[in-house]
Amino acid sequence: MIRLVLKELVGMFVDDGSLALLALILIALITAAVKLMALPPLVGGFLLLAGCPAILLESTRRAARGKAR
Amino acid sequence: MHGLTPIFSTVTASFLASFVEVVEAFTIVLAVGVTRSWRPALTGAALALILLAALVLAFGPLLALVPITVLQFVVGVLLILFGMRWLRKAILRSVGVIALHDEEQAFSKETAALQRQANDRRADYLAAVASFKAVLLEGVEVVFIVIAVGAAHGQTLYAGLGALAAFVLVMLIGLAVHRPLARVPENSLKFVVGLMLTSFGVFWTGEGLGADWPGADLALLAIFAINAAASFVIVRWLRGAYPTPAEGAAR
Repeated sequence: MIRLVLKELVGMFVDDGSLALLALILIALITAAVKLMALPPLVGGFLLLAGCPAILLESTRRAARGKAR
Repeated sequence: MHGLTPIFSTVTASFLASFVEVVEAFTIVLAVGVTRSWRPALTGAALALILLAALVLAFGPLLALVPITVLQFVVGVLLILFGMRWLRKAILRSVGVIALHDEEQAFSKETAALQRQANDRRADYLAAVASFKAVLLEGVEVVFIVIAVGAAHGQTLYAGLGALAAFVLVMLIGLAVHRPLARVPENSLKFVVGLMLTSFGVFWTGEGLGADWPGADLALLAIFAINAAASFVIVRWLRGAYPTPAEGAAR
């Protein structure tokens, strides 16, 4: 039962592995740029806002292309 | 942050997300109640609710120990992952790449499984476990949603009220119709909830990084609008680029 709950917990955030991975990479890069390279935090916020739909597009396009084959 | 915009968006996000989860749990509990009996169905559901309440009481106060910017960042990142997962699924369902979730089908599947176990001497126990598992697993998601949309700005109470309202509404409708709530436009709800949670995630991750969004709380609405516009463009483009034979409409 504990394993099932843990699996559910992971599954809550990770469905398509590459979607989650790309989102985490985007956040890590923006965080590093803000904290280490003095990128203005608001610019980081806008980059995040632009990056999320781009990642979503890539993930859904890949799934649709896989289904169409 | 206690203006009307964040309160309204917190309650709405929590209500809609919880509504989807409670409908899914209700289907299984109903299947157990109708196929086996109401005693194991309600016992399993009640035990799961008690366990969830215990988890919230045990871990909830620990959140107060986390600095607010760290909490906003961590919750924001989790909401982006959680929200984009829902959004991806809703988009793929609305363009027909994956099948729409069907409560009637889920009900039939659970009923068939319970009927296969009918002669097992542990049938009541297995039925209660099915009900317990459904409520626990869907409930874990509800707890996360309530904490995530509420905790980062001290609005857990409003988020909790949204979830409670969803629970009460599903129970009332369920008691009235006494069958799976198959007419709930689940994919449309998931679409909206995915947009809301992703928008909360972007907003709070940005705040956690130190961004002062223009318009303060109202920026949340603008972020939602941008995410919604982008998602609808993705849906239209996918429908044109990868038409499927049985294209399902978002319902």
